[in-house]
Amino acid sequence: MQSVLISLVLLGGLGALFGLLLAFAAKKFAVEADPRIDEIEKILPGANCGACGYPGCRGAAEAIVEGKAPITVCPVGKAAVAEKIGVVMGKAVEAVRPQKAVVLCRGGRTDCPDRFVYRGVPDCRAANRLAGGPKACEYGCLGLGSCVAACPFGAIRMNEEGLPVIGTECTGCGRCVRACPRGIIALIPADRKVEVNACRNRQRGAEVRKICRVGCLGCGLCARTCPEKAITIVENLAVIDPEKCTGCGLCFAKCPVRKDREKEKPAPEERQGEKQAAVEHALLR
Amino acid sequence: MVDLLVIFFSAILINNFVLSRFLGICPFLGVSQKIETAVGMGFAVIFVMGLASAITYIFQRLLLALHVEVLQTLTFILVIAVLVQFVEMVLKKMSPGLYRALGIYLPLITTKCAVLGVALLNANVYNYDFLQSVIHGVAAAVGFTLVMVVFAGSRERWAAAPIPNALRGFPLALVTAGLLSLAFLGFMGFDLKRLFVELLGQG
Repeated sequence: MQSVLISLVLLGGLGALFGLLLAFAAKKFAVEADPRIDEIEKILPGANCGACGYPGCRGAAEAIVEGKAPITVCPVGKAAVAEKIGVVMGKAVEAVRPQKAVVLCRGGRTDCPDRFVYRGVPDCRAANRLAGGPKACEYGCLGLGSCVAACPFGAIRMNEEGLPVIGTECTGCGRCVRACPRGIIALIPADRKVEVNACRNRQRGAEVRKICRVGCLGCGLCARTCPEKAITIVENLAVIDPEKCTGCGLCFAKCPVRKDREKEKPAPEERQGEKQAAVEHALLR
Repeated sequence: MVDLLVIFFSAILINNFVLSRFLGICPFLGVSQKIETAVGMGFAVIFVMGLASAITYIFQRLLLALHVEVLQTLTFILVIAVLVQFVEMVLKKMSPGLYRALGIYLPLITTKCAVLGVALLNANVYNYDFLQSVIHGVAAAVGFTLVMVVFAGSRERWAAAPIPNALRGFPLALVTAGLLSLAFLGFMGFDLKRLFVELLGQG
């Protein structure tokens, strides 16, 4: 009986004592945190992708409250999130331009074969270091999928040609851009009307021809065709000025590389609809 | 002096908490993806196990004096949990730097079996005195950290290794843990006492 009493008193006493101690400590050692940090953290997507440059969503929320980061800091949440953060912070939203990732290489396995068989670590950054990479084109996609692994939203998959395809899940966070050792993935405004020139090879046309069937030759035919003078040739690559481009698609119809490819494939559209098809092609890709 | 050294090194190598006693397996498998987090977790465990060994020693004396040893486990859990909570609060206020380094791991450790294990071993199996208890607690945690870092190091390498799909992730983690355990069992039967006596003279 006595030991039961002792147990009760001892444990009860200890419990009460510790409870008081912790309650006291919670008051005494309380660290004041801005409640807005919690609110903003809840609004943010919570993927902790780091696209904003801060360590996770919590880090971004702290930076916003401290005034170090603008309320539009989250490239993933885009305008909707920025607006909600604006309500918490009492700031108006300036326009955020949502971005998306595009792949700047079309040279898959059949169009731009490998120079040697690579049997190392299945990672683009490792392959790139080995004798300039297995790809015949030293600017082209290595096709080992480092971008797929880097994507926190599962938006990228590899097609049968060994090229990454970016799906509609893309939020424009830019992780894949940083993962690619060859800088083949770029961010462009999501509302941009026309495709960019999907080739990065800066070699001269004759050299490109030897190694890749779809590489940009820098021939300038598109530049001469464009009625808006939106295309210039820089370092043997056609560069499209998005401000001037109207998305007419005439350049794609004229491009000798793209034409070559069309001849091999059975033409899906009628001759009369060629221009329209080219535009759609430009928009879709 | 010799027996303190023996306690210290045998807790690290021979009676390693993770690999010989199978305590603290959860963080061993859970937080060992990267060396960085493994080190963070390790230092938090060293900190908590050292403190817990000290404070539970005092409470063990109290329980013995009152003849209510049955309450041992219950009291130890309570004491350790409160201690960790308290230390976390104090750290947050006094030393934000240390809190950032250990903070996220501290609540995880509160109820770890390894922490309770070291307290119970000190009290029931070894009957260590105060200093021996603390040394044993710290050494057990150092052993835990050592294994965590070794394990995390090998896990980091898997990222770049061609592993069959069936073995990817946990299966290979368990196989590796088993091999590591076998390797540490090699220390079994190693006469540390003789070693230190010879090294230090008859001290």
